[in-house]
This record gives sequence, structure tokens and C-alpha cells, in this order.
Amino acid sequence: MSSALLEVEGLTAGYGAAPVLHDVNLTVQPGEIVAVLGANGAGKTTLLRTLSGLVRSTGGKVVFDGVDLRGTRVEQMVRRGIGHVPEGRGVVTELTVDENLRLGGLWRKDRAEAKKALDEVYELFPPLAQRRTFAGHQLSGGERQMLALGRALVGRPRLLLLDEPSLGLAPKVTGQIMALLRDLRERTGLAVLLVEQNVRSALSIADEGVVLALGRVVVRNKAATLRDDADLRHAYLGF
Amino acid sequence: MNEFIYLTFDGLSRGAVYAAFALALVLIWRAARIVNFAQGAMAVAAVYVAYSVTNATGSYWLGFVAAIVTGLVLGVTVERVVMRFVDHSSPLNGVVVALGLVLVIQGVLGIFYGNEFLPVAAPFSRDAFELGGVAVLSRYDLFVFVAVGAVVAALTLLFTRTPVGLRMRAAAFAPDVSRLLGVSVGGMLTLGWALAAAVGSLAGMLVVPTELGLHPTAMDVVFISAFTAAVVGGLDSPIGAVVGGLIVGLLLSYVSGYVEPTVAPMAVLLLLVVVLLGKPGGLFSSSKARVA
Amino acid sequence: MTDIKQKQKSGAPVPDLAAPVSARRRRIPAILVIVAGAALVLALTYMLPPFRNYQLATVGAYLCVTAGLTVLTGLNGQLSLGHGALMATGAYTLALAQNKWLNLPFSFLLAIVVTTAVGAVIGLAAARLRGPYLAGLTLAVAIVVPSVTSTFDETFNSDQGLSVVLDPPPGTIPMERWQAWLCWAGALVTVLALVLLVRGRFGRDMRAVRDDETAAKLAGINVARTQVLAFVVSAACAGLAGALFAFLAQSVSPGAFPLTLSLFLVMAIVIGGLGSLFGALWGALLLVILPTLSQSLAEEAGSHRLEGNLALVVFGVVLVVVMLAAPGGLASIRFTRLFRRNR
Ligand SMILES: Nc1ncnc2c1ncn2[C@@H]1O[C@H](COP(=O)(O)OP(=O)(O)OP(=O)(O)O)[C@@H](O)[C@H]1O
Ligand SMILES: [Mg+2]
Repeated sequence: MSSALLEVEGLTAGYGAAPVLHDVNLTVQPGEIVAVLGANGAGKTTLLRTLSGLVRSTGGKVVFDGVDLRGTRVEQMVRRGIGHVPEGRGVVTELTVDENLRLGGLWRKDRAEAKKALDEVYELFPPLAQRRTFAGHQLSGGERQMLALGRALVGRPRLLLLDEPSLGLAPKVTGQIMALLRDLRERTGLAVLLVEQNVRSALSIADEGVVLALGRVVVRNKAATLRDDADLRHAYLGF
Repeated sequence: MNEFIYLTFDGLSRGAVYAAFALALVLIWRAARIVNFAQGAMAVAAVYVAYSVTNATGSYWLGFVAAIVTGLVLGVTVERVVMRFVDHSSPLNGVVVALGLVLVIQGVLGIFYGNEFLPVAAPFSRDAFELGGVAVLSRYDLFVFVAVGAVVAALTLLFTRTPVGLRMRAAAFAPDVSRLLGVSVGGMLTLGWALAAAVGSLAGMLVVPTELGLHPTAMDVVFISAFTAAVVGGLDSPIGAVVGGLIVGLLLSYVSGYVEPTVAPMAVLLLLVVVLLGKPGGLFSSSKARVA
Repeated sequence: MTDIKQKQKSGAPVPDLAAPVSARRRRIPAILVIVAGAALVLALTYMLPPFRNYQLATVGAYLCVTAGLTVLTGLNGQLSLGHGALMATGAYTLALAQNKWLNLPFSFLLAIVVTTAVGAVIGLAAARLRGPYLAGLTLAVAIVVPSVTSTFDETFNSDQGLSVVLDPPPGTIPMERWQAWLCWAGALVTVLALVLLVRGRFGRDMRAVRDDETAAKLAGINVARTQVLAFVVSAACAGLAGALFAFLAQSVSPGAFPLTLSLFLVMAIVIGGLGSLFGALWGALLLVILPTLSQSLAEEAGSHRLEGNLALVVFGVVLVVVMLAAPGGLASIRFTRLFRRNR
């Protein structure tokens, strides 16, 4: 119970009067990759935005590392150890690659530490190192994804909220990103809550899968089970 | 020819002030997507405070510092107390609220100081040096150039070289993403208003001694010139604001010198119309326009 | 697409006038309201002392311009800070025409025509501008145009301005009553014309443009023409108002049309409730009552600095508070139920 990194209980949230998320429950253990799947409009993005505080929850509980996150401001999340790569990546197109990445570590008081994290990310993504002075709008889609992911990693999060990293990317690049996530998990114990449309590649690296439909969790199971159970796949994942 | 040289330097000196004032408008526009129509009134308020401080202490420089501090305080107050709560669904709302502030500030100033023009002395001589028989620049003009140059340099350094500047730019371009990365977007907004109002106060301090004197409406025409400068520069670009300020200053100076001083405001209006209709993105609008 | 539209509709501050039933139900009262208004004003002019009649006349003159501005800003979404300058145009035209030909009806007509022409020029530029750009341009007009009087001082006599020659009122009618009659005749005709205009196709087009320009364009509405027309109509109203002010004061000077006048007008329509012609009446009333109140307050306090300035502060504070509390203006909170259909 207390060993879970993230525990979501009965979470309800929405934008106006009608809630989008109803009574959502899920847990993420340290070093675990949990895939969140579901049709367009199921509420996946809303779930991530609620977890990081961009959308206000109307009920339920979110506990991260033993601390109730209710009332925590969005700006504090990164200090708690939660990194969020939003849908559409959120690269600040007016800033350069280097500025975008530095932005990810600005919250740190320890400048040397921030610099170290920055260098590590450049090592992890050599294409970014070659394009330090490029403006965000000069990057390709894949490079932007690297930049967004790299920027979150500069903050050295313990939990990464990733919203559709594969969007608009070639299958090969998607594969590389999935491999990278698995690798990071192995090396650093990073936990990931991964929202994906690309069900196959998400399930290929995830430990656990959660299927959202109309804002409710309809399936929670081992990723391997979801991969192998043809009925479940047909019913909820459409393949 | 001599007159041309004189008018050119005069225009650049005026232009420097408009540049600073336009810069203040651009700072807030970039941070909050609001054209601060109260900028002129806020600057006048700061100059009145300087007037009182200088009268009480006999020191221009204490007054000068007081004006800048008043600018900072006014900027923070206006953002925190008023602008933060404006409904931004229509861009008109911010404009109307700023106009309300203009009325309040001008009324309060009138109550405390009266509606007569108060004489304000320049800290340096306004008599132009002669260079080879041509009147060129006064000490005061030099002071203006140095002051505005220092502000432009300081702002450039702040925005391009410091973490705070990076935060401010990020917060303006992508507020949600910036918050996710731990940037206090509200704080950056307040800081932007404070800086802008301080720069506006500086411009007010520089311009008032060259005009009729201090009056609650003293900055009205200056505001129009600065707004034109900012629009010429594209409203989004600090460099554009500086260049736009110089262009407007030169225009005013040439028209005053060669045609008639009373026609000068019309010339500015004409420039504004031409730019708005011909090149609404500003003369320097580049392809690197805002994507997000 | 449908999704977006629905959101916008529910978020729009002013309800659609398309509802045919309510529109028809109100169609007859429009004239009735005007006639009742005329009767009320007529009765008032016999009951009120001269000074109050003068104030009543001022309300009427203000109503002309606030009603026009309401149509421009509330129904068409364009904010003009330059209507003080347009009033000045009307006022100076009336003064010059009166002093030359001494034919009041003709002078009024000329004032409206000239201001309409000026408004058309500004409107042509304005139609291509949005939000702060439009506000800035019209603000520049408001600040710069009065300086024309010094440039051509032989015609306009600089800061001193011109006095207006008037024939005495017909018969034995006291001057103030005559003024109130004329101002309110102008105001009621203006309001009636605007109501008819707003309820017709033009009004529908304007609201469509305000709510969603792209959609309006797709529906075949000529957006630019609608906006220019809205500006021209409101300019004509401002010209009439300016001419009435010149007629009331029997003089014109640039000092009578400062920037604050333009700002007061904006305040009046915002507080009156953007888009409601009844709001324009509240606004016009406020424009006369608030300064009078603060004037007497100032006199009581014995401070001549309070005079005029107190009104500025009160106006400003009210404007800011109303904008923060209810961007739709006071009418949107208090008078909505009663008068919404008049929009
Ligand atoms: N800003 C918003 N305001 C109002 N409703 C919204 C907003 N954003 C999303 N919604 C609604 O919330 C529901 C869930 O949206 P959400 O973006 O969470 O879906 P999603 O699962 O991420 O879909 P996709 O796979 O298409 O990204 C949708 O019905 C959507 O219309
Ligand atoms: Mg989504």
C-alpha cells in the first residue's frame, strides 16, 4: 500500500459542469511503466492534466510518494518529482533547444546539479546537442519529441507523465522512444504513466495497462495479459 | 543643412524617449497580451511623485529614484489588484479597464496637485553644444541617450542572459508548459508589469522637462507617439520598439522643424494609420512570427 | 465544428435576437416607447426649473452619442475611443455653418453630413483593425484631432474657440425649454432610427460579425461593409450630439472635447450595459448626474481641486469595478430581465 509511488483513488474531474473523469483508480509502483489506453476523447489527457494540477479535481484522492497532492500548485509538481510532457509536446517554439532544456532545470537551487542533468540529456540525445541554437520551430517532429522528453528528464523526475509521445512519429522513431523509456527505467528506476494510441508499442514496454472509456477505468490488468487476451483486445482496444 | 543636422539629433533624442516608452508597452504586450493604455497616466503619476520628492529634498536624483520606485510599485499594484482579474475572453475588456485606470489616476493627480502646468527643471542644460558652428546636442540630450541606452542594454541582458529572463519569456509564450516546468507564471507577469511601469516612469521623467510642464494629461500625446512607435516595430519586438521610437522621433522633429509644430501630432496619426493599414504586423515583422 | 459553435453560443454575453416571437412582441412598443418618452420629456420641460431643463437637454444630447456607440461597440464589437473627436467635428461644423448662414436646421444637417463623412474615413480604416489596434487608432484620433484647431487657427480660432450665433427661440418659449425640446427630439429620433436599424437585417449582420467573423463571412455577410456601416451610423449620431452640444453651450472650443470626454462615453455605454439601447439611456443619465453630484460634493468640501477631478475618479473607479464584476455592464446584472428584449 504505502510502497506505491502514485495512488489515485476515486478521482473525478472535468472542465465545466459535467465531469470528464469518473471515479478513476490506479496505482503506479516505483520503476513501473503503466500504459493508459482508450479511444479519442476517453479522458486520457484530462487524467494527466488533473494529476499535474492543470485541471482541478472535483473529488477523490491523489497520493504521490505518501503525500496528498490536493492543493499542490502546478508549479510545485516538478519539485515533488513529477514530470509532465503534455499532449502535442509543448516545446516552446520561440525558444532555442538549449533554452528549452535549461528551462527544465531552472527550478533547481543547485546550479551545478542542473548543469549535470542538462549534460546528461545532451548525451542521451545527440541530435539535440547538434542543434543547441536552433529555435524550437526549426525542429522536426521527432526532434521536438526528444526535446520535450529531454526537458522533462532535466528535472530528474521520479514519475513521468507522458501524453502520446508517438503522435506523428514514424514507427521506427516510436520504437526508439519506447526502448529509451525501458532503458531509463532499468537504469534510474523512473516510473512512467504512458498515454498512448499506439497500443502495441505501449503494451510492449508497459508492466500494467489501464483502459479508459468515457472517463471510467474499464480494465486494469497486467500488460502481458492485455497483449495476449484477444477478447479484451477486441472489446476495448480494437485490434 | 545645419538645420537638418540639428533636427536629426533633436529627433533622435525625442525618439529615444519614445523608444523607452514603446518598450514599456511591448514588455506588457508580450507578457500579458494587453496594450496598457494606462501607461501614460502611470508614468505621469511617477513624475508627480518625483516632483514632490525633488521639491522636498532639493535633489533631482532622489526624485529620479522615487519615480522609478513608484513605477515599480504602480506596476505591481495594477497587475495584482486589477489586471489579474480582468476577463480576457474579449480583448476589449483589458482596454476598457486600463482606460478606467487612466480616469482614476488623472483624477487623483488633479485632486492632489491641481490642473495647472507645473514647471519641471531638467537636471542638465538643454542648450545645444555647437560643433563646427552647428548646434547639435545638449547635455540633456546626452543624458537621455545614456539613460535609454542603459535601459535597453539592461533589459537585453536580463532577457537573453539570465534565468529570470528565460522564465519571463517562457511564461509569456507558453504559460501552461512553463508552469509544468516549475515557473511561477503569475510572478513573472507581475514582474513584467513592474519592469514595464518602471521603464515607462523613466520615459516620463525624461520627456516632461522637454514639454510644457507637468500636468495630469502631460503624457497623452507622448502615449500616442509611443504607441505608434510600438506598432511600427510590431508590438511584439523590443528591437522594433526602439527603432520605431527613433523613427517617430525623427518624424516629429522634421515635421515640427520644416512644416509647423502643431502639425506634428497629425503626422504621427498619419504614420499610425499608414502602418496599421499597410503593414499591421509592423515594419519588421519577420517570418518568425508567433507559431504557438 | 458544431461543438465549437455551441460553446461560443452559450458563452456569448448577449443572447441571440433571432428569437422571432419576442422580437415581434416588442415591435409595436418601439414606437410607443418613443412617443411615451416624448410625452414624458414634454411634461418634464414644463415642470422643471430652467437649470434642470438645461440638464435634461444635456442628457438628450448625450443619449444621441451613447446610443450610437452602443450600437457600434455592443452590437458590432468595435471599441471607439474617438467619438469625442467626432462630436467636436459636429460641433465645429454647426458653429461655422451657423455663423455663416444662420439657418439652424441646415446647420444641423450639415454637421451630421460632415461628421458622417469623417466617420466614414475613420470607419474604413477601423474595419480592418481589431482589439487594441482599433482602440489605439481611435485614441490617437481623440487626442490629435483637437490640435487641428491650432493648426488652422484662422478658421477655428485656436484654444479660444468660436461662439455660436443663434436665433432666439420661437414665440415666448424660454431658452432652456427650447433646448430640451430640440435635444430630445434629436435623441428620440436617433434612438428610433437605431432601434429600427438594429432590428432589421443590419442588426442581425452586426451581431453575427461580432460573435464570429468567420462564420458571418461563411453565411454571406460582407463583414467589412457591415463594420464600416456601423461606424458611419455611430459617427452620424456623434455628429448630431456634438452639434447639440454646440447649440446648448452656444460656443465651441477644443477644451470642451478632451480625451476624457471620449473615455466618459465608453464608460457610459459599459456601465449602461454593452449592447442595450436602454443602457445607453442609463449611461447618458450618469454622464449628467455623476458630475453634478461630485460638483456639489466638491463645493461642499470647498475644494476647487475636487471639482471635475472627483468626477474623474468616481467614473474611473465605477468603470473598473463594473468591468471586473460584470464585463457585460450593470445592465447585464440588474436590468437584464426587464429589458433584455430591447437589445
Ligand atoms: N479544455 C476543455 N474544455 C472542455 N472540455 C474538454 C476540454 N478538453 C477536453 N475536453 C473534453 O473532455 C473529454 C476528454 O478529453 P481528453 O482530451 O481527455 O481525451 P483524450 O482521451 O486525451 O483523447 P485523445 O486521444 O483524442 O487525445 C472530451 O470529451 C473533450 O471534449
Ligand atoms: Mg489526449
